[in-house]
Amino acid sequence: MARRATPEVNAGSMADIAFLLLIFFLVTTTIEKDKGIARQLPPKEDVVDPPKIKEKNLFIVNVNRSDQLLVEEKLMELKDLRQAAIAFLDNGGAPSGSPEYCSYCRGKRNPESSDNPDKAVISVQNDRLTSYKMYIAVQNELVAAYNTLRDRESERLYGWKFTEKSRDLDEGKIKGEAAKEALQLKLEEIQKLFPLKLSEAEPKKSGQ
Amino acid sequence: MSKFTKKKSSELPAISTASLPDIVFMLLFFFMVVTVLRNDNLLVQNKLPKADQVEKLKKDRSVYIYAGKPSSRYTDKFGTEAKIQIGDKYTDISNIKFALTEAREKLLPELQDKVMVALKVDEKTNTGMVTDIKQELRDLNMLKIIYITTPGNEINE
Repeated sequence: MARRATPEVNAGSMADIAFLLLIFFLVTTTIEKDKGIARQLPPKEDVVDPPKIKEKNLFIVNVNRSDQLLVEEKLMELKDLRQAAIAFLDNGGAPSGSPEYCSYCRGKRNPESSDNPDKAVISVQNDRLTSYKMYIAVQNELVAAYNTLRDRESERLYGWKFTEKSRDLDEGKIKGEAAKEALQLKLEEIQKLFPLKLSEAEPKKSGQ
Repeated sequence: MSKFTKKKSSELPAISTASLPDIVFMLLFFFMVVTVLRNDNLLVQNKLPKADQVEKLKKDRSVYIYAGKPSSRYTDKFGTEAKIQIGDKYTDISNIKFALTEAREKLLPELQDKVMVALKVDEKTNTGMVTDIKQELRDLNMLKIIYITTPGNEINE
């Protein structure tokens, strides 16, 4: 019984295969990051003297338990909400010459609606039985209204879109500390033109 | 003529292992494609609502809260009422504070003050539950929250 040497497997190409795979996955994988709508909750303090907001500076969005929208006492479809919010924020109803006058607003300047974007407050009132889907959809539309107006202003002032630049900043596409800070300042400048003033009322308990 | 007589086949022929790497790599390939990395084992249904005006979440400083109806395999045990999940277990609304403090301690110490709470809530949940969670968060002074969504828009559906 002669012992025959078993033929060796040529493993020379194993490394090549492994590297090929490795490179393929390195190139194709994207680590998916969670995205969402960020919010800052109000701190839990008793407000002694709640600021008075004029009726005309308040945009009331009501969502009932069957996910229907009541905007400024009128029934509305979700798809019209964004336009209605833009019209309200951009109204600039304060008369020209007054300190509240909004020079960059392009709205109808209706004295019955908001004075300027800084004064305008959107108030969302939900029912406890409103679905979360509707809640997010409404929030999304309202943020979209703000973003549309901010985009418009940043294009007018700097020639780029607010949302695109802030996304670039988020994703680290802006190189250099100085450039980042300069951009941050400009972004804040635009945020000041249209400050996000969303208020959420305590939900009604009619559903329970 | 002994030259042509066949050798006695008492020896087993060696099994070729040349194709083994291919098989292994095929398996590797399969698993790489199929696997989804997930930190928490989901105990609730989690179909997120759609939104397109979104920001990115910084993962190193976030604590996750899940809410929704219990997954189908747990409905026998826990019913169909919406529940809150933090970490790997269900949490009662009164227990949120404790569970969140615990979750926060797992983060890097220098990031614990900048903690962001990521709410992964099923789209069929009632807003009331989310409001309750937010009240608890205000008590805890964890004020930065983010509603995690999937890309898309409700209106275009």
